Amino acid sequence: MSMGLCRGALLHSLFTLASNMDNIPLLQMRGISKAFPGVQALQSVDLTVHPGEILALVGENGAGKSTLMKVLNGVYGADAGEILWQGETVTIHSPHDAQRLGISMIHQELALIPYLDAGKNIYLGREPAGRLPGTVDWRGLYRQAQADLDRLGLGVSVRTPVRFFPLAQQQMIEVAKALSMDARLIVMDEPTSSLTDREVETLFGQMRALRAQGVAIIFISHRLEEVLHIADRVTVLRDGQLVGTRPVNELSTDDIIRMMVGREMGQIFERRNTPPADEVVLEVRGLSRGERVRDVSFTLRKGEILGVAGLVGAGRTELAEAIFGARPATAGTIRLDGQPLRIRRPQEAIRSGIGFVPEDRKRQGLFLRMSVAANVVMAVLRRLTRALFIRWSQVEQITSDFVTRLDIRTPSTAQRVRNLSGGNQQKVVIARWLTLDPKVLILDEPTRGIDVGAKAEIYRLMNQLAERGVGILMISSELPEVMGISDRILVMHEGRLAGVFDARTATEDALMNAATGMNAS
Amino acid sequence: MSALTSVPWQQTLANVLRRSIVLLVLVGLALYFESETGRFLTKQNLTNVAQQNAHIIVVTVGMALVMLAGGIDLSVGSIAALGGALSAGLVVRSGVPLELSVLLALAVGFGLGLVNGALVVFGKLPPFVATLSMMGVARGLMLLYTSKKPISIANVDAYTFWGRGSVALPVLGDVPAPVLVALVIIGLAVLLLTQTRFGLHIYAIGGNEETARLAGVPVNRIKLLTYGISGLLAALAGMLLTARLYSAQPRIGVGLELEAIASSVLGGVSLFGGVGNIPTAVIGALLIGELGNGMNMLRVESYQQEMIKGLVLVAAVTVDMYTKRLERRS
Repeated sequence: MSMGLCRGALLHSLFTLASNMDNIPLLQMRGISKAFPGVQALQSVDLTVHPGEILALVGENGAGKSTLMKVLNGVYGADAGEILWQGETVTIHSPHDAQRLGISMIHQELALIPYLDAGKNIYLGREPAGRLPGTVDWRGLYRQAQADLDRLGLGVSVRTPVRFFPLAQQQMIEVAKALSMDARLIVMDEPTSSLTDREVETLFGQMRALRAQGVAIIFISHRLEEVLHIADRVTVLRDGQLVGTRPVNELSTDDIIRMMVGREMGQIFERRNTPPADEVVLEVRGLSRGERVRDVSFTLRKGEILGVAGLVGAGRTELAEAIFGARPATAGTIRLDGQPLRIRRPQEAIRSGIGFVPEDRKRQGLFLRMSVAANVVMAVLRRLTRALFIRWSQVEQITSDFVTRLDIRTPSTAQRVRNLSGGNQQKVVIARWLTLDPKVLILDEPTRGIDVGAKAEIYRLMNQLAERGVGILMISSELPEVMGISDRILVMHEGRLAGVFDARTATEDALMNAATGMNAS
Repeated sequence: MSALTSVPWQQTLANVLRRSIVLLVLVGLALYFESETGRFLTKQNLTNVAQQNAHIIVVTVGMALVMLAGGIDLSVGSIAALGGALSAGLVVRSGVPLELSVLLALAVGFGLGLVNGALVVFGKLPPFVATLSMMGVARGLMLLYTSKKPISIANVDAYTFWGRGSVALPVLGDVPAPVLVALVIIGLAVLLLTQTRFGLHIYAIGGNEETARLAGVPVNRIKLLTYGISGLLAALAGMLLTARLYSAQPRIGVGLELEAIASSVLGGVSLFGGVGNIPTAVIGALLIGELGNGMNMLRVESYQQEMIKGLVLVAAVTVDMYTKRLERRS
């Protein structure tokens, strides 16, 4: 590995040159089919990537994107079809095979070891040998790793444990790792989903630099604006089939949505007709906890959707957790319907009528191995119990009600939540709180990682709840979402409230200024 | 896509493995022992197996509750020994009425279990460490109380009845008294897990503790209680064992935690919590008991028996890991 960079880069450009000259695509997947029992996950899908190209792969959840990428990475074998790498048929049986060819995957959940430094992470399992057998040439490793990072223009030290880096930089460390393996094709699965707009710009800058070096990127994203912004071409999948591949300059977001869902989408953000009531349902005064929540005050009215914007790390989630008692506030007051509350545990918030849909659905929102029914009724169980015993018939009834009301697509209420799509899983979490008829519902990134169709449904649901008088606090990192659905918008910066805006008149610039602390006022 | 309508085959296989493998092994082993000895599958012997292992079943039920909530309890063997010694000593030495002695022993078991729970919940100690310490402490308390000498209860008929006596029941016929106790405990535990909020909360916590907390599940209280129940059942098991042996021996219950964990895991209770149920865990305990009985009949040396039980545990855990991996991949 110590020959590393120079020769690697040289080989790179030679290859790139050669394959460009012959105009051979870097990767061709032809007629790929893959079935799981009861599901045709992929049906004769084609995908082509050229060297130095950013190809966006889009589709609703369950459209087959991940399956296709797993076939490419050797995790699944395809039932039919072939893979050509630089024009030659190859078989890929494992991620290791893929790596050897020059294909690297960067998953949404990063594969870095938080306690190890960047250098050790990059060369994990491939440490250059030292002079004595069994030893590691640490100096060589760090020199090489530094070169890898420098190539990406990342001004960070290779000796810093990666947990100290912001997420965007951790992603770039993964990219550096891929490049150190002479990756010619990097698959990035939703790399921007937890980045702030500013970090996304940095990432895109680096992606463009990679493209200029002849590296090809498959970019998987739900954010269509980003797709149009960064990609050269877009491949759209729907229900396991290829809908088409088109250059981005021929496309608009609406075109892509139409291709993805196979029908016209109405306006995604529908404003509701009823304005919020004048009554305040939640009043927060001087709420503080550590560095992340500092002296925050605001009011939430009945039937109002209050958006909370800000950069990652601005303290938005921590604010929600303080209100809900997951990580209780150390100072400040919370009033619900005018009554002061002391909330030290989630149970106390729930009893008062506050629900919380957390950011990380799988880790904080769901019992993946339990049934839809158990997930839905978990918070309302007390009311469904008589003389110690759960009344299962009522559990069943309530769950079916919500499955119908929220249009949760599941074969039965006994289905394990793990087997539902992201959008339906999110509806299950929301249903759990609706069983309690909450006065206030806090939603943290409610549409993260779910497809356009399901997003629209979640927005509609939020509107319905607001119309029924529920006060909604919605944290979101997607500005169009915050601006499209909220009545007012709180912007946080470094734990403090940096501004309150009327969503109808707010501009993206104004919000960004506040979020980055450039707000003079 | 219709992915949500189908259960991936890996998950199905994982389920089938968890549910049926232990039963198959149980039956297979029984047939093997029968063919080797010719007297394994007699009513007399099967009754023996049940009678001799009632205490393991009782401990396994408690262990399963703790494990389902994502914990583990290594102190059950020592608490069993302490429970047996305490009840015997109170009756024989202090002249306390039997009923009261039993209640006191159960209370001590429950209390020590709660201490385990408190160390885990409030002390934030890993369950392994907390209950390992308790394993030492409870054994020490027991040795202190008995001055390392056995306490005979051979003259206390009301006590020994629960070890060697039997009860005539309609349909079932003569059921050994300890087996009757185990059956009652199994019944209660099944009700608890499948029909009560407490039970569903145990699964919720074992499945995902953070989600449970955010859903308003009283996580601390429930975890505390599972350890308490495990301690209580351990004390009960210790008394059943004492009753069968006619005396409280200082060394009883050594290795009981291993057998209970092996039984639970064999019975499909996941080491990671959240998955499993009581009936199959009990089958796991029967399997462990059957193994011991059969090997005794075949005159397998006790050190070999220990080794074989160790290997069985490794096999069970391997299956657990494998099924978990299958599920992940799906």
